[in-house]
Amino acid sequence: MSVEIRNLSVTLGDNEVVSDLSTNIGVGGWLGLIGPNGAGKSTVLRAIVGTVDYRGTIVISGAVLDQQDRRMSARTVAYVPQRPQLPLLMSVRDYVMLGRTPYLSIFASESRHDLNIVDEVLERLVLGNLRHRALGEVSGGEAQRAVLGRALVQAAPILLMDEPTTGLDLGHQEQVLELTDELRHERNLTVVCAMHDLTVAAQFCDKLTLIDRGRVVMSGEVREVLSPERISKHFGASVAIIDNPEVGLIVAPQRRKR
Amino acid sequence: MGLAIVASAFVGPADLSFYGVLSTLLSKIPFLGVHSTLSANGASIVWQIRMPRIVLGGLVGAMLAVAGATYQGVFQNPLADPYLLGVAAGAGLGATVAVEFVKNSSSWPVSPVPAAAFCGGVLAAGFTFVLGRSGGRYRAGATLVLAGVAVAAFFTAIQTYAQQRETQTLQQTYSWILGGLSTASWQQVQIVVPYIALSCLVLVMYRRILDVMSVGDEEADSLGIRAQRVRTVTVLFATLGTAAAVSMSGLIGFVGIIIPHTLRLIAGSSYRRILPLSLLYGAAFLILADLVARTIASPAEIPLGVITAFFGAPFFLVVLRQSQRSS
Repeated sequence: MSVEIRNLSVTLGDNEVVSDLSTNIGVGGWLGLIGPNGAGKSTVLRAIVGTVDYRGTIVISGAVLDQQDRRMSARTVAYVPQRPQLPLLMSVRDYVMLGRTPYLSIFASESRHDLNIVDEVLERLVLGNLRHRALGEVSGGEAQRAVLGRALVQAAPILLMDEPTTGLDLGHQEQVLELTDELRHERNLTVVCAMHDLTVAAQFCDKLTLIDRGRVVMSGEVREVLSPERISKHFGASVAIIDNPEVGLIVAPQRRKR
Repeated sequence: MGLAIVASAFVGPADLSFYGVLSTLLSKIPFLGVHSTLSANGASIVWQIRMPRIVLGGLVGAMLAVAGATYQGVFQNPLADPYLLGVAAGAGLGATVAVEFVKNSSSWPVSPVPAAAFCGGVLAAGFTFVLGRSGGRYRAGATLVLAGVAVAAFFTAIQTYAQQRETQTLQQTYSWILGGLSTASWQQVQIVVPYIALSCLVLVMYRRILDVMSVGDEEADSLGIRAQRVRTVTVLFATLGTAAAVSMSGLIGFVGIIIPHTLRLIAGSSYRRILPLSLLYGAAFLILADLVARTIASPAEIPLGVITAFFGAPFFLVVLRQSQRSS
């Protein structure tokens, strides 16, 4: 499903943290939201998932997303938060199973079909052996995979991720993102992801939207958006962009010369 | 639980034979054709004194344990108990007022104390809901808890003042506060059954949703439920049931905390298991605690709230130590 955000504004308290923001991504695409801390990336994701009030319109495959119907909305959009609240005593399998909530009426229990979906995702994420382990007893990378698993069993065509690799080492970062990309191709998922590592963003995203102070600075192809001047201006960082034929664009921080 | 009921039915100050008690209980089941072998007096002790006490104890224990588990789930606070929103303080004030200001209450067809306690409890929880309503979309739980603390403090202050003014009824008020089932009757059971049965039924049906609540309101919303609405509904039923329970039993402490936590250590953290098990084990625990309360210093009775804490706390510590060792 395609995602189109039109004139989105969000006010939290007295602050307008997102102002008149528009962007879009086609079916099966990966949109990266980049920008400095506090730019409003997470708030855009929370608006799409319907957990903050907003003005403007979010259009999914031509139809306005109705967030009043929470269950339908959760079947359309799955969300991996930046700092998920993990119930540490809950088993990995029970936790991933929570993702089936939008398919169950309030008093119903999971069917065999739901359990099969959960077990399949656990195997796919190499969590099969940990299914009975408590979340508090698995590593950070495994817990992050469990959070991704919970979003995947929602079987929603749109996957929102808020800096999903925060706190993960290089190997686990790669693992989570590669897996997401594989699943995106397998299931034709549309991914909208807030990302802080610009090199990684350049490698995985089809399109980038650079946000600063709640406003879109630029949206477009990765190579159009990432320029040393723009990054310097909006991130306050001096960088060099290296075009490596094997890796793609590398955004490298540059120390000031003494 | 079956064991607790049987033990409680057969043990008491009146010396009744095992077979006599059994035949009396069986005689109440239609179409069995069993007749009680006890004297009319003995049969009435079993059926009019012991059985209502067992049933009421079971209902109160089940309600407090289920309500405690629910509160811990929706507020994500392991120390939450059924009295969190001021029900106990309100019920205490209601009971105190009834004991002190309703004269000649013995001439009333029904004791006014339970009704006053129920109204006090519901009133206090109502205040908490009204005061704790504002708090923003994802701070509602914390605001409600704080409002509960304030309301409980306020009601307790009035209750203490009222209690101190009338020293001659001090003991009667105090013994209600400590809790007990010595006045249990079938009439009391009839009055509280609808509240407790409905509350427990609704809460047990919400068991899967309580698991979803454990990821926090915002993530729960993203999974397609309305966390705030779930909290309001479950807390309303838990509070209503608790008010009904304490109106008859007084303020029995500890059950709402100890039973769910013991079950967590034994059966894991999922509310799918904790809620139904709380129902059974809460009932069994209170029936047994009441058995101890009425037999240990017989013919005198020890307040039930004293027994639940005295035996419950060491038991809980043993389970806690064992679970730490096994992990």
